[in-house]
Amino acid sequence: MSTNGRRVWWSAGVVFSALVLAIPVLVIVGFVFVPSGDVWRHLADTVLGDYIRNTLLLMLGVAFGTLIGGVGTAWLTSMCRFPGRGFFEWALILPMAMPAYIIAYTYTGMLDFAGPVQTTLREWMGWRFGDYWFPEIRSLEGAALMLALVLYPYVYLLSRAAFLSQSLCVLDVSRTLGNGPWRTFFFVALPLARPAIVAGLTLALMETLADYGTVQYFGVQTFTTGIFRTWFGLNNAAAAAQLAAMLLGFVLVLIALERISRRNARYHDTSQRHQAIRRYHLTGWRAFGAVTFCALPLLLGFLIPAGQLTHWAVTIADTAYDATYWRLVRNSLELAAIAAIIALLLAVFLGYGKRLHPTRTVTSAVKVAGLGYAVPGTVIAIGVIIPFAWFDNTLDAWMRATFGISTGLLLSGTIAALIFAYLTRFLAVALQTVEAGLVRIRPSMDEAGRSMGHRPMQILGRIHIPILRGSLLTAMLLVFVDVLKELPATLILRPFNYNTLAVRAYELASDERLADTAPAALTIVLAGLLPVILLSRSITKSRNADST
Amino acid sequence: MKPHLSLLALATAIITTALPVIAAADEEVNLYSARKEELIKPLLDRFTEQTGIRVNLVTDKAETLLKRLESEGINSPADLIITVDAGNLHRAKEAGVTQPIASEVLIAAIPETYRDPEGHWFGLSLRARPILYVEGKVDPDSLSTYEALADPAWQGKICIRSSDNIYNQSMVASMIAADGVEATEAWARGLVANMARPPRGGDRDQIAAAAAGQCDIAIANTYYLAGMLNSGDPSQVAAAEMMRVFWPNQDDRGTHVNVSGIAMTHAAKNKDAATQLAEFLVSPESQAWYAEVNGEYPVLVDAEITPLLQSWGTFKADEVQLSVLGEYGPEAVRLMDRAGWK
Repeated sequence: MSTNGRRVWWSAGVVFSALVLAIPVLVIVGFVFVPSGDVWRHLADTVLGDYIRNTLLLMLGVAFGTLIGGVGTAWLTSMCRFPGRGFFEWALILPMAMPAYIIAYTYTGMLDFAGPVQTTLREWMGWRFGDYWFPEIRSLEGAALMLALVLYPYVYLLSRAAFLSQSLCVLDVSRTLGNGPWRTFFFVALPLARPAIVAGLTLALMETLADYGTVQYFGVQTFTTGIFRTWFGLNNAAAAAQLAAMLLGFVLVLIALERISRRNARYHDTSQRHQAIRRYHLTGWRAFGAVTFCALPLLLGFLIPAGQLTHWAVTIADTAYDATYWRLVRNSLELAAIAAIIALLLAVFLGYGKRLHPTRTVTSAVKVAGLGYAVPGTVIAIGVIIPFAWFDNTLDAWMRATFGISTGLLLSGTIAALIFAYLTRFLAVALQTVEAGLVRIRPSMDEAGRSMGHRPMQILGRIHIPILRGSLLTAMLLVFVDVLKELPATLILRPFNYNTLAVRAYELASDERLADTAPAALTIVLAGLLPVILLSRSITKSRNADST
Repeated sequence: MKPHLSLLALATAIITTALPVIAAADEEVNLYSARKEELIKPLLDRFTEQTGIRVNLVTDKAETLLKRLESEGINSPADLIITVDAGNLHRAKEAGVTQPIASEVLIAAIPETYRDPEGHWFGLSLRARPILYVEGKVDPDSLSTYEALADPAWQGKICIRSSDNIYNQSMVASMIAADGVEATEAWARGLVANMARPPRGGDRDQIAAAAAGQCDIAIANTYYLAGMLNSGDPSQVAAAEMMRVFWPNQDDRGTHVNVSGIAMTHAAKNKDAATQLAEFLVSPESQAWYAEVNGEYPVLVDAEITPLLQSWGTFKADEVQLSVLGEYGPEAVRLMDRAGWK
């Protein structure tokens, strides 16, 4: 078979799988054409303005927080030397294991008017309500802070990988030209790392758009809460889907902006000569500043909430750690592992297909496959239920008519449907990571491979995958942790008698028993920790292996 | 072509392991429940012990369970659905995914207002939503009706959660039924003006805020108050102990109550077992359990209630046919949007 023939097959495969993955999103978008009565007029007259304003402000806040927190700490830990650097290098990823809704519950429990912090303050100072000002955690700013605290690791991870893999020659040239660390950072490293930083930021913002738990609990009216209210409160599925489609509009704008800003710039290294990094040695107040800067997100995003959860788990919650409990742990881990492996394979397949044959069709198909990340889990789940049940019922009707056998529901209510929903929802994470890794490999590497007579598959296996090892692992573990934390799609799609840790934590939380959620929440965090630490170790190692 | 192969192998593995296990010959019943696992599973276990019928359970919010039922159609595995409010039961009936249960036991046990006239759904437990006030700060004589809470005298003194919540939606729906849309909207504006803070958090948060001094009264379901008293968390217990229950509208229609209830699905395949389970859930033993474990009021008139519930006194409940809550639900949401109730 000619190389061209093979490429066509590959492209066709990419387009097909991307479209299958996009089914749930397409189902929702399909609702756009269903008339929704006068609900839009009502929304426009009353709450739509708030939804748009709050969503934009929330995104702005999260972007600001994750960029400063993520890029700043990534630069410090990869390029500077200061006390505790080795610790921060891996510990800074820890907040990623913390689901946003859990951190929101935890901080509310601590900082609310009736919580221990304010109560203690009142007791000490003899204040009463209205006597003093205290920041309101359950607000738009609070929601942005909560989300930024658990989402900055995306930016951190991706920009750190970019800093580490930047050809040292470039940074050295910058130094020999007399640029100090600040100038090198702003004028050389930062622009070079832009694709990775933007990829991380896009992930964080899409996750922000999809968040329901935090904004709902904080009473911040965004698109996501609006979708639920319109769907269930106003009982209007069409208008809700139309709101969801508008939400996707936000994402498309986001992606377009990123593309425009990138234009035709290329970011791959022209040299593979990486040497051990000569880090800037920080001393005195600079070292102190660096430690504080790195400690803050870790403390707020992980140590304090984890500490509070532990306190609750020990003092208040009564949970039997019996067989049922371990079953939850097993289910959670199983689902996360299966979804992570499939997502990785798909991401490599799609990402590499796009590199191989970057036509308009392939590129847009890959983009569509990643859209699900910004869609709230419940919406995705409904987008899975409708076509799956349709397929099952159609097949059943046909089998009955033809053979007199009822096949019943084959896919609906199975783990397969659930995994499919995870893939739709989280493929973007794996895809972004794999693609960000792929663009850094010179096309001349592919050409060299081809000139030696290798087929695309061999080039992928022998050249790209070994170089990409770090990115692939990152992609897989990111999906793993995301699935572990996922709630709404799991709730609605899971089979009978099948629960996960997230479901357990949610059930207690929605019963307003925050303290009782602590054991399940902590277990999610712990289960997420291992891959997160593994991830961070391996990135450091792969970097060291590269540089020898 | 290695990745292709492994992908295929994985997909096959998943599909085969995920295929529903073909049920063994023994009897079972499949339940979709909006009651949380912890608030239903013990009863189901007892049912299995007594009858040998296995109960398979999925829990989720009622709205999404309904969507699942609707999409699955006649092939749905679910035999029964339990929700925690009448609005969603009504919606299920309207969507055509339920069927009547012909059971003398259910009809005899459950008062008429708490079940569907055509037998499509039956209430299992009552959830009252009265006014809770801080003892010593509010003179109970100054309280009378929900309607009176719109009076400017209460400015900055009321805590209530978001209008996203179904309990508020149903409460407002019951007011629409009693007072009409216009009067209720005017009332909602007045209530919003009297709120001590923008709505946030759940019912327990309102109680805690009142106890901490942020407001004088909270509107909340009583079982949250019971839950706080039984929580074992000293700060929650202390907060709940400062609160007293006031039953509003005792001189007219009565205090707003909602039900958690059960319906048989249109697709039910284990009808006998499903009927047995529904009947078991209104047995005196099960009814006492709701009060004991979750502080809800039994739907069975002469069921035992706990000393705690007794201490809050008896009350007259709003006798509006509960399917009305479902009918007026969407209108209630629009009204609250217009009134600026976040």
